[in-house]
Amino acid sequence: MTTKVLLLVATKKGVFMIESDRGRARWEVRGPFCETWPMFDATYDPASSAVYAAGGSEWYGPAVWRSTDLGRSWTHSSQGLTYGDEGPGIATVWSVLAAHGAVYAGTDPAGLFRSDDGGVTWQHVTGLREHPSRPSWQPGAGGLCLHSIVPHPTDRRRMWVGISAVGTFATADGGRTWETRNRGVRAEFLPERYPELGQCVHRLGRAPGEADLLYQQNHCGVYRSGDGGRAWAEVSDGLPSDFGFAMAVHPREPRTVYVIPLNGDGRFMPDAAAAVWRTRDGGDTWARLDHGLPQRNAYLGVLRQAMAIDPLDPAGVYFGTTTGQLFASADEGEHWMLVAEYLPPVRSVGAALIED
Amino acid sequence: MATVHLPASLVRLFPGAAQRVELSAESVREVVKQLDQRWPGMWERVCDAGPEIRRHLNVFVDGERAGLDTPVGAASEVRIMTAVSGG
Repeated sequence: MTTKVLLLVATKKGVFMIESDRGRARWEVRGPFCETWPMFDATYDPASSAVYAAGGSEWYGPAVWRSTDLGRSWTHSSQGLTYGDEGPGIATVWSVLAAHGAVYAGTDPAGLFRSDDGGVTWQHVTGLREHPSRPSWQPGAGGLCLHSIVPHPTDRRRMWVGISAVGTFATADGGRTWETRNRGVRAEFLPERYPELGQCVHRLGRAPGEADLLYQQNHCGVYRSGDGGRAWAEVSDGLPSDFGFAMAVHPREPRTVYVIPLNGDGRFMPDAAAAVWRTRDGGDTWARLDHGLPQRNAYLGVLRQAMAIDPLDPAGVYFGTTTGQLFASADEGEHWMLVAEYLPPVRSVGAALIED
Repeated sequence: MATVHLPASLVRLFPGAAQRVELSAESVREVVKQLDQRWPGMWERVCDAGPEIRRHLNVFVDGERAGLDTPVGAASEVRIMTAVSGG
């Protein structure tokens, strides 16, 4: 048995698996999987050794795909992945994550589903859409999507989710009831600058070791919360733009976070020079990481789920672009290399260690 | 027996499924239900909430555009086809 690093790359035309040994210097690309469906997310569940992939076909609707042999064979299901015959119909599955023995899926239109049988059947977590604010939920440009699922590390009843353009919600009773968690987050596109909800959270993440330390990259800045999202403090100072989609939190250092600022107009990296920005102090200060990344004519966009970190030491950092490049760093972002450059538009990147 | 023609992109999703199926059914709804019995999950691939045929699929019975309630005759040709799309 050897340990491999597995990158799961969900694209507009299927899922790709990109593998390396622990050195992370040479990579092999396999795919496309999932019948080249438009896919939004893919994740590895170490408890079951299963890969789950989320997406939706314009012809055949939404599904969560599952492979227990690293892509050699797949099954797919959307049994129960429905709001019933009254609708609305579900267009696609935006996010998928395994936690505490269950699998969770976030959809467009926004809702949360749970599977207790490895993705064969799904149950709607009805409490979220029963929130009294639901009639006022509005989509962002990417749709009314539940894109971030953040489980509590030990308490299976607690979870946070991020919905665009609605904001962050938290549950402490296994999904029966939910609270908005947007205080202190700007919404510059609404008449009220700090509303209870309507914020466009782009990516939500939790710090390791400190269950209530959360971060979010928002349409309007980067934020930190030390109390599970009850209050947020903006930590965008020092970044070249408060706009961005992708964010990743270090697997061991609770105050180390990576973001990829994009300019707010064209949604590409400022000055067409590629860079990842890292904080080591929870967002108080930021450093630009660009060694090995293109610095001229790089009109690169990176979507909200398209950055990932592996659990090795030093951690590997990865991001994929809407123009099909995948970049990797084996040293926490200090140096970067191009791993693949002609993939379909990348929507998500996941990283895991596997024994093969 | 009615003859049902399935698109290759649908058949690929269900190991063992055939592109041409013969069955007895009185409506398109019953056709899809029988397909789902043979290959569980096919109903969700073909039908959306409502239930109705998914927006980007077309079903034709003897050359005429059909819905779930359209009758199917003993010798009907039923074609499930994907809409034109790309990009």
